[in-house]
Order: sequence, then structure tokens, then C-alpha cells
Amino acid sequence: MTQFLKSREAILSAAILALLMLIASRFPAFVAPSNLARVFTDTSPLILLALGQTVVILTRCIDLSVAANLALTGMVCAMLNATYPGVPVAVILVLALVMGAVMGMVNGLLVWKLNIPPIVVTLGTMTIYRGIIFVISGGAWVNAHEMSHAFTGFPRAELLGLPVLAWIAILVTGLFFLGIARTPLGRAFYAVGGNPHAAVYTGIDVGKTQFMAFTISGMLAGLTGYLWVARYSVAYVDIAGGFELEVVAACVIGGISIAGGAGTILGTLLGALFLGIVKNALPVVDISPFWQLAISGTAIIVAVAFNTRSGRNKGRIILKRAEGHA
Amino acid sequence: MGISRRLFGGTALAAMMLAGGAAQAQDNVRIALVVKALGIGFFEAAAKGAEEAAAELGNVEVIYTGPTDTTAEGQIEVINSLIAQNVDAIAVSANDTDALVPALKKAMQRGITVISWDSGVAPEGRQLHLNPSSNPLIGNMIIKLAADNLPDGGEVAVLSATTTSTNQNIWIDEMNKVMGDYPGIEVVTTVYGDDLADKSYREAQGLMQTYPDLDAIIAPTSVGIVAAARAVEDAGKVGEVNVTGLGLPSEMAGAIESGASKSFAIWNPIDLGYSATYLAYELATGDAEAAPGAEIPMGRMGTLTLDDNNEGAMADPFVYDSSNIDEFKSIF
Repeated sequence: MTQFLKSREAILSAAILALLMLIASRFPAFVAPSNLARVFTDTSPLILLALGQTVVILTRCIDLSVAANLALTGMVCAMLNATYPGVPVAVILVLALVMGAVMGMVNGLLVWKLNIPPIVVTLGTMTIYRGIIFVISGGAWVNAHEMSHAFTGFPRAELLGLPVLAWIAILVTGLFFLGIARTPLGRAFYAVGGNPHAAVYTGIDVGKTQFMAFTISGMLAGLTGYLWVARYSVAYVDIAGGFELEVVAACVIGGISIAGGAGTILGTLLGALFLGIVKNALPVVDISPFWQLAISGTAIIVAVAFNTRSGRNKGRIILKRAEGHA
Repeated sequence: MGISRRLFGGTALAAMMLAGGAAQAQDNVRIALVVKALGIGFFEAAAKGAEEAAAELGNVEVIYTGPTDTTAEGQIEVINSLIAQNVDAIAVSANDTDALVPALKKAMQRGITVISWDSGVAPEGRQLHLNPSSNPLIGNMIIKLAADNLPDGGEVAVLSATTTSTNQNIWIDEMNKVMGDYPGIEVVTTVYGDDLADKSYREAQGLMQTYPDLDAIIAPTSVGIVAAARAVEDAGKVGEVNVTGLGLPSEMAGAIESGASKSFAIWNPIDLGYSATYLAYELATGDAEAAPGAEIPMGRMGTLTLDDNNEGAMADPFVYDSSNIDEFKSIF
């Protein structure tokens, strides 16, 4: 218990509560349950991408192409819907997942088979994916009136008081909690990031594990691509521009170590929520727009500074249980 | 390349011979409307306006042309072939301010009238430039759109692009200058959506929360206006909060349909092509001269007054609402 209280997750939870109280003192309506649900819904795309990014970062990689992947999948879904309005949403969802996964696999294969540094690979594919959007769309927008009501209605349809978009984020978060804790692949992500050489001796294929991480990240980016386009009812080349950095920031704030192998799903979730609350609160607490960027940036630096401080004196823990017994 | 150039030269020569024959036959004024690229709805609509002007003027032949992609090189090639055809006037919407200047100078040396419209060229490369509108007219229009739907006054907020967007900042400044003409209308705040759909959406939501009595959101940016309309729809405030500003008909058709936006404005490409053709005609026939302070008639669009740079503003931005959105949403 005391260990949890000292943990990064507990501190981050406390920071979020303090932040909410601070906002409430200036704008009480912000903490109304309905508004918190709205903020959660708004943060859902960030949560989805940050979860995917988490497993990538755990394996000592980084995926900068997620926002471009999101935009390309979103554009394809929107163009498909505009051309064939009769295609059911279920088909579009499957298409989005598959397309996103394939784009993730491209990253993964390049990292796995050609041993190119992940930051270079994904920087390249990021530009390629954005370029492809321009090629297929000719730079034109897909607009609200060209999309069917089923297409734009899906993420905002209400189920037990929450929109489908929020439920998807909850569902995926649940799957990640289980998958990371209870499956061999989930444990392999930590092993590969914590100590790749040791991982090889235990029979884990490092490249393949990284490939799987990229595939998962891509698949979630694809799914979010459809949800994003449907939510804002518009698709164009620049949607979610710069979002990849926000996603990485959410992971970093959540305590995922850029060096790989350390961090939790709960941390990522809290990191994303923290950023989401800041983004949603800034417009209502009447802070000059000139300060908003500075405030977001400061939050990231503080979190990272905290990360390095708390992680300094200890060695990297490979076997938690062994440490407990010692 | 070699073959295409030879072919091109051949057609130009043939066209020149044809042109010579035609000129002797009926002495038509041949005005070339050079656009950024063929196949763009906005310019197809401008060509429609040019044909309308030609029909009114009678002895005008409009040559609608342009490159297949939006490059300055492509336009230079087109302009060179027009010089070879010895047209009477060239009205160009330029892909590059400076790159076209040498080619257009050559045209003017051959006695061809050159004007630019929509997207201008540097002053030495044209006789006059036709702006679709002017900053004061736009600033006035965006507040007028909001005020027209608020006869008893009310609270409006501005959702702009980035804090440093030159165009938006000038328009908002111009809007503030004429606020005195709209008593009862109060601009409560200006927020910035950075021309990102998600941030604009969030800012619009924030506006509706912070100002529960908000009556209108003015977004003089095409990304912002669409996102604000979506936010109003999702908040269930259609009818309470009117979204207006500057946007494109194709992008705003959904918002007009849902009622989130009652009206918005942007230039009308048909009027633009019409006016450009009229101006080119007046200059080519010698009925008017392009000089600072000159007033040149342009048919049903009134007259164009030139400033010190030989530039003029056509008119107020054109207002789009449920009555004409269907006609324009397929155009641009």
C-alpha cells in the first residue's frame, strides 16, 4: 500500500485531482459529471493512441507515424463513405483496423528486418502517409454533407449515458490491462525493452516483439482515424497534425520510460487524462491563448524531470518479485 | 518533350493564322482567362461568369485556359502560347507572384492587356489587380452576418485561426473598427483554434460553456467555421448559437442543412470571372486606363476604384445561405 502511495500513478492521480480542484475554483461547471464525461470522450482518441504508443515505447522504439496513419485511414474511410454511402459502419471499422495495422506492420517490418532505427523509419513513413493522403484526395476535403448519418453518428451514439467513442476507449484500456499483465506477448514487451540481450536468452524474438508493438499501435491509429473523422465530420490532409507529439507526451507524463521497459498502462491512461483535462480546461478558465502552449509544455517538462529524478538512484528492475523478496 | 514542344509550336502557329483570319472577319476582342489549374470548381465557375460578361458585351471571345496542375511553369507555358496567338487581353490568377512577371511583361510589350485577379502578380507584371474583396469589407461582413440574425442585439464570440494569422487578425481589427454601427452586439472574446479541427471544436465547446447566453460564433477561417458548426450541433444548441464567418460552400453545406449556420460568406467566383472579363475588355478596347485613382466600370458589379498599387476590391463577400447553397456546394 505504501508502495502504491509513493508510485508515479498515485502522484499523478493526486496531480489530476488537484488540477480539477484548481479548475473548479475558477469554473465550477467544469467538474459537473456530464462535463467530465465530455472531457473523457474528447480525450478518448488520445487515450487510444497513447496505449498503442505505450507498447511501442516499452520495446525501446517510438512511433511518430501514428497521426499520419490516423489521417490516412480517416481519409480512406471518409472517401469510401462519400462514394458508397451504403457501406455499413461495421465494414468501415474492420477496414480501419486492417488498414491501420498494415501501416503499422510496414513500420515494424522495416525496424525488424532492416534494423533501421525506429525514429527514422516512422519519421519517413509519417511523411509518406501524409503524402498519400494528398495523392488520393487531390488535396480536397471530404465534408459533412458528403458523409452518411450512420457514418458520423456511430462514435456519438449514446450507450448507458456515454458516447460509443468513450466506450471504445474504456474497452481498449481494459484489453490492454489484461493483455499486458496476462499474456506472454505483454510480458515480452517489458522484457525486450528492459534488457534486449537477456530477452534473447529467454527465447524472445526481439524484432518480432517490436513488430507486434508497431502493428498494435498502427491498428489503434487506424481505428482512431475513422472515429476522428466521424467525430469532427471532416477529412483533409492535415487532420491531427502534430498529434503524434501529444501522444508521446501523454506516455511520458504517464511515466513510460523513453529508454524502454518501464511504465504501466494505468500511468499512460492517467497521462492522457491529465493532458486531456488541461486541453479542455484552458479554453474555459480564460487564460490568454499565448500562455496555453507554454502551460502544456511546462506540464511535460515537469513530468519528465520528475521521471528522471525518481528513476535515478535505483537500478532497473527486471524481476519485481525478486526485488520484493530481497 | 521535344515532340510535344514541336506540336505545341505547330498549334500556336495554326492558332495565329486562324486568329488573323478571325480578326479580319469580325474584330472580336479575345480575352484569355488564365487560371491556376484546369478542373478546379472555383475556376470553372469563374469561367461561367466570364462567359456571362462576354454575352453582355457582345463582341468578346473568352479563351478559358490554364495548366493541368497549379505550377508557375505551366502558366508561363500557357502565357507564351497566348502571346503567340496574339490575344487582346490576358486575365490571370497567378500561381506565383513573381515568376510570371517576365512572361507577362513580354505580353504587355506586344500590346496585350494584362490584368491579374484573385491571386495577384507583382505590380510590374500587370496593369491592374482585381481583389475579390478588401479587408474593411470582410471585417464589416463577418459582424454584419452575425448582427443580421440578432435584431435585439446579443453576445458574439470570435473563433480565429492562430494568434499570428495575418489575414484573420486584420479582419478582426477591421471588424472592431465598425462595431459602432452594430449597437447591442457585444463581442465577448476572441479564441484561437489554430486551424486545427479538434482544437477549434474544443474552443467552440469552451465558448458555449463560458458564455451560456452566447448567440453567435464568428469564425473567419474555413477550418474553424466547420468545427464550430459541428460543436454547436453536438451540444444541441442549433437555433440558439448561430455559427457564421468565412467558409466554402462545399464544406459548409452540412452546417447550413442542420441549421447550425444560418449564413456565411466568401467571394463569389462567378462574379469574379465576370468582373475580370469586363475590366480586361475596358482596358483592351482603350475605353479605360489603369492608373491610380481610376474608376473602371464592370457591368452589374459596379465600378472598380484603383489604389496606388493599381489594385481594387470587387465587392462585399457574397453571402451563402439555405437559398443558394445547393447551387454552389458542387462548384467549390
